[in-house]
Amino acid sequence: MRSSTGGSMAFLDIVHVQKSFGTNVAVEDFTLAVEQGEFVSFLGPSGCGKTTTLRMVAGFEKPTSGRIVIDGVDVTDMPPNRRNIGMVFQSYALFPNMTVADNIGFGLRIAHRPAHEIRARVEELLRIIHMQEFGRRYPYQLSGGQQQRVALARALAIQPKLLLLDEPLSALDAKIRASLRQEIRDIQRQLGITTIYVTHDQEEAMALSDRIVVMSRGKIEQIGTPFEVYNFPATRFVASFVGTLNQIEATVVDAAIGLLAVEGQQFRIARPLPYRSGDTVNIAIRPELIALDGQFNSAMNRLSGTVEDVTFLGSIVRVRLRLAANRLSMDIFNNPHLRPPQPGETITVHFAPEACLAPGDDTPRGANAQPLSASAAEAA
Amino acid sequence: MLKRFWPWFWFLVGAAYFLVPLYATFDFSLRARRGELSFAAYTSVLNDVRFVESFMFSLQTALATIVISAIVIVPTAYWVQLRLPRLRPVIEFFTLLPFVVPAVVLVFSLARTYSRTPLTDSREGLWVLLVGSYVILSFPYMYRAVDTGLRSINIHDLTEAAQSLGAGWFTILTRVIFPNVYVALLSGAFITFAIVMGEFTIAALLAQPAFGPYMNRLASSKVYEPSALAIISFALTWAAIAAIQWFGQGTQARVAGPR
Repeated sequence: MRSSTGGSMAFLDIVHVQKSFGTNVAVEDFTLAVEQGEFVSFLGPSGCGKTTTLRMVAGFEKPTSGRIVIDGVDVTDMPPNRRNIGMVFQSYALFPNMTVADNIGFGLRIAHRPAHEIRARVEELLRIIHMQEFGRRYPYQLSGGQQQRVALARALAIQPKLLLLDEPLSALDAKIRASLRQEIRDIQRQLGITTIYVTHDQEEAMALSDRIVVMSRGKIEQIGTPFEVYNFPATRFVASFVGTLNQIEATVVDAAIGLLAVEGQQFRIARPLPYRSGDTVNIAIRPELIALDGQFNSAMNRLSGTVEDVTFLGSIVRVRLRLAANRLSMDIFNNPHLRPPQPGETITVHFAPEACLAPGDDTPRGANAQPLSASAAEAA
Repeated sequence: MLKRFWPWFWFLVGAAYFLVPLYATFDFSLRARRGELSFAAYTSVLNDVRFVESFMFSLQTALATIVISAIVIVPTAYWVQLRLPRLRPVIEFFTLLPFVVPAVVLVFSLARTYSRTPLTDSREGLWVLLVGSYVILSFPYMYRAVDTGLRSINIHDLTEAAQSLGAGWFTILTRVIFPNVYVALLSGAFITFAIVMGEFTIAALLAQPAFGPYMNRLASSKVYEPSALAIISFALTWAAIAAIQWFGQGTQARVAGPR
């Protein structure tokens, strides 16, 4: 058997899956191969089809076309209760009438496992989630973070082939999110369980995942490691959705050498542009690739603008410049011994030509993601 | 000061509306012997074998009605919320029909529909017909109570969580849904219980030895005993409701609270 990517069979193979609700296509030609033990995140805005795809893997939605293969078995038409998949929900979905221990042992009781085995497994999982003393409590007696840890333990208790997490941290506050995020990753690594994680939070996806599937309007925009997705976005959507992105409206001066101008100030990108002189194009630059004009060298682009706003974000200070009709954000490391630029001040910033993302091919490139522009690849 | 006066005033007016007739009935029931207060009317009622028979008959009928209603209503309301939300107004309309169809019409329709069947030519058959009629009468109360209970829990996620853990539909209904709507079900059951215990029209027309027709017969032949019976039936009904509530207390404590 061959996997969706044409190689040997992957642990989870989603092959040309499509899902329509009436005339509305929620997921279009979704193909993905996930290896055993891999942690893959589906990342995208609301309504992009990530949860629908996850629900098709879980068996709660039936694909309109395509097939889903788990561990060599085609489960496309298999009901959810026979797939042996653990699922964690955003709403926790703990059974309110059962104690924590009963919740964790529910799947094992359904499978008619012996009582002593259920007890041992429940204790083991309570230990893994650091909640040994909470077994007799009811869900309403727990905090949101504790409830989600119990939901995770419940999903793991049945030793599922696959663990699915549908925005499990969305309902929690920032501090608990960060600690539970790490806990999920540690448990996943410890158990080596193949995991699919749905989120709209790019930071969460990047911190947790081996690979990220970025989706938009039912389609895959890019599949890649967090490093690839962030540094070499395959499409303009990925570039703007993952991380912060400055957009500068510039005029083409010399397309052949990638020379542009904004407000009379010229700068260069690292590749020729498929435009004519005088055309207007949108150039994108990540805030962290722009620096204050201290270590200037002649290969760098320089732009001057007026500081509009300075936001202190702890380890980072975000400075917003105004360049005629454009706004440009830059991130600089906080240094208590250096005075940050002040609003109203005119400053000069610099950035490498390779840091500029130029308009290019916006068609999704799936598993073999290529940089949005040659300049971005060169920057790496 | 005036703010506190009016709520208390209306509370006392409302309480008096219910308690004064109850007290008057109780007082009257104690005057069976001329010139003294006694429980003679109560002794007379409790010694009447037909009282115990009719009360037990109605008690069994009420419990059967509640059990059958729960078995019909809970899966229906669950499935409508889970899979057929568009049908909800239609189902709600059907459950309201007992409010617009008089009991007389209902019982004659049932008797006519099932005439010359085992349901109408035997005592057991008529009891089944009686329970069936009461199940219909209970629809507005039971459906609404269960529907509200189901809305207070996230049945979609609970169902999918149970499915992903290997549970089938029967297990989901019995281990997840029923226990979590138990409290809501009880509130519908209280009303159904009270209605069935005092129901007269259907029981009388189906010639059933129920508590309602017994009370009516007693009222037309005795003076003090009907008042004593009213007080006894009032106390017994409340005791039965308290018993149902007591059984449901554990579940109530677990399901209540923040989620």
